[in-house]
Amino acid sequence: MAVGLPENVFMTTLDAAANWARSNSLWPMPFATACCGIELMATAASRHDMARFGAEVMRFSPRQCDLLVVAGRVVMKMLPVLQRIWLQMPEPKWCISMGACACTGGVFDTYAVVQGVDRFIPVDVYVPGCPPRPEQLLAAVIDLQDKIKGGGTLMGREFAAETTPRGPAPFDEAELRRLRGLPILNERISSGPNLILPGDVPMGQYSDVTGRQGGIRG
Amino acid sequence: MVELSELQKRYGEDLSESTFRDNRRLVVPAAKIFDVLAGLKQDFGFDQVIDITAIDYLEYPDAEHRFGVVYLLLSVSTGERLIVKTFVDLPNPQLPSVYSLWKGVDWMEREVYDMFGIVFTGHPDLRRILMPDEFTSFPLRKDYPLQGRGERHNFPVITRAES
Amino acid sequence: MPLSLVDTQPHANSESKEYAWTLNFGPQHPATHTTLRIVLQLDGETVIDATPHIGYLHSGFEKLGEHLDFNQYVTIVDRMNYVSPVANEIAWHHAVEKLLGIELTPRAKYLRTILAELMRIQDHLLNIGAVGLDLGAFTAFLYLFQQREVIYDIVEYASGQRFHCSYTRVGGVLFDVNNDWVEKVRKFVREFPKVHAEVHKLLTRNRIFIDRTKGIGILTYDDCVNMSVTGPLARASGVVRDLRKDEPYLAYGDLDFKVVCSRGGDCYARYLVRMEEMLESLKIIEQALENIPAGPVNIDVVSDMVLPAKPAVYRSIEGLIQHFEVIMPNRGYPVPHEEVYAATEGPAGELGFYIVGNGSTRAYRVKTRPPSFVHFSLFPHMIRGHQLSDVVAVLGTLNVIAAELDR
Repeated sequence: MAVGLPENVFMTTLDAAANWARSNSLWPMPFATACCGIELMATAASRHDMARFGAEVMRFSPRQCDLLVVAGRVVMKMLPVLQRIWLQMPEPKWCISMGACACTGGVFDTYAVVQGVDRFIPVDVYVPGCPPRPEQLLAAVIDLQDKIKGGGTLMGREFAAETTPRGPAPFDEAELRRLRGLPILNERISSGPNLILPGDVPMGQYSDVTGRQGGIRG
Repeated sequence: MVELSELQKRYGEDLSESTFRDNRRLVVPAAKIFDVLAGLKQDFGFDQVIDITAIDYLEYPDAEHRFGVVYLLLSVSTGERLIVKTFVDLPNPQLPSVYSLWKGVDWMEREVYDMFGIVFTGHPDLRRILMPDEFTSFPLRKDYPLQGRGERHNFPVITRAES
Repeated sequence: MPLSLVDTQPHANSESKEYAWTLNFGPQHPATHTTLRIVLQLDGETVIDATPHIGYLHSGFEKLGEHLDFNQYVTIVDRMNYVSPVANEIAWHHAVEKLLGIELTPRAKYLRTILAELMRIQDHLLNIGAVGLDLGAFTAFLYLFQQREVIYDIVEYASGQRFHCSYTRVGGVLFDVNNDWVEKVRKFVREFPKVHAEVHKLLTRNRIFIDRTKGIGILTYDDCVNMSVTGPLARASGVVRDLRKDEPYLAYGDLDFKVVCSRGGDCYARYLVRMEEMLESLKIIEQALENIPAGPVNIDVVSDMVLPAKPAVYRSIEGLIQHFEVIMPNRGYPVPHEEVYAATEGPAGELGFYIVGNGSTRAYRVKTRPPSFVHFSLFPHMIRGHQLSDVVAVLGTLNVIAAELDR
């Protein structure tokens, strides 16, 4: 391009421009369940003012948001709600897991609390603290902006295409198991993460040491 | 002040009383609990139930019964408090509901049922309140482990590729 | 676990009301103040019936209480009513000290009184701000939240943590306070009435606010007594009962204050009672602050129930041994084989703990008497016959905190 440009015109890729725009106008969906929700309110309120970072437009409908802030512990009864809200958000979307309870279960290592929401939905930024100070949440938003600007945005389908191995299967897994004398898993359980249908395993009778139901982490 | 002798005259000699700090406690057999509570409400002015709770005595030293159920009563006009306690056992822990006397006990009885499995007969809507409906155990019983039995991770996983 | 939120429970009287609409409200909705869920049955805009569903934040607090000792459990209690954390700590250690038979030092009593009242103000601030926010008055929320930040600063100065400070200990508090802290509280006491007056101007005679709260969600005296209502809700319906007066604990017996009551019983009366209670709390704080006695904040240091001060642990062998004795699970101190119930007047109502001791330093059973749990069960009773838009007003003035509701 030999043509001279005026000083106020910049050349960039469309991707970079879109990422820059996206990163500076995050619309958070506050999934505030517990104490962290109050700190989230404090972050948005007078003193800390999240609007300085372009992330003040709290929308309470997941269909209008692109940033899920999981603030507070998520328990057994609430997890299906969280997953449904995550699925309802349009792409591209990001998730901040705010506070120790959302990241790992925190002090609540009990029968009802999910030990980290990242077991069940993908998470981009973890904010430690119980609850994190508003400054920490602001730092997380800045980190997420850097991530979006630097790494770009991926839709779920693109992500799947990039992370799924191609080519023939290296071996017949069932055959290998038969040779080693291992039990052959039920086809439905071994073949995919999302195929354990609700109601198949009665609650209270099923015990899982690792808590993982096959499949990879997001 | 409600006198023990007066209650014993009415409801039989197997009522007993004890005091610790400023808590007065009345131990009543499970068969008479409804009559005693109704009498305390109607004739002795205990017009408010502060709370209903239960204790699982499985690991308690020298305990005779499995569950203790505690009613915390209060007289709003005089400020007098009374703790009424009764005992129930497995395999069929059952007590009459006092919903007909105090409307406020609705959720308290449901919580005790949810956490301990004690059935309140005559309750209009006795079902689980805090735990999901599909849950099969009673979490506050002492034979249920703190970390549960894996129910908390019995969910499908959503990966980034699927969302 | 079904992903569907469709209610599986049949309604008690659904067959005769086939024309009714069913509206699911929550568990993730801004006006539900965290995680409440209500299934409403509507006839047009009128609410015929409401069925609350709770447990969306049930995290096993009471089970945890059986596995943590009396000092450790204070961190869990903090997270119960997270709008006013220290009030829970004070209630919890009030019950523990009653079980152990500990009498606090005068300085600790006054200090806890000041903190309890600051927490009452903090709770009412958020409640009034949130009610205003739900009814469309955003400005009051910002004014009040600024004052909450000031209280956060005060608590942070005393304990080192701004939110969940875990400040009380068995037999006292974590650290003593200094003169700078007293100055901070004095400044708050001086400046708060101005903000209070501004909020009065913004809300109390606001036409829209009055229209949406007056005559809405009425509780009568008999309802309150029969349905176990306590605290500001009961006082707004004419139940003259306040544990600070009726069963004086801490330093309340020495201080001069009034119990704020109203006869209205509606949302507006509850708002007014909360507004006036903040001023009474301010009076208590001022008196307690000016009369705070000197002396130690922990009971006798040779007592084997109390954690020694940190300098003593690091610099003397006696302090180290005592620390070890209190902390180690197999050492401990004698705890009676008894059951005790003790209650304090929390910001939302009677906040009590029922503790069963079995000789060890861990409680055998801890039961919380949460005011939110009782108050939320009244919701169907209060909303029947009102309009759909009144749901947020009633819910807001009930002041239901989900973590305390579900525990």
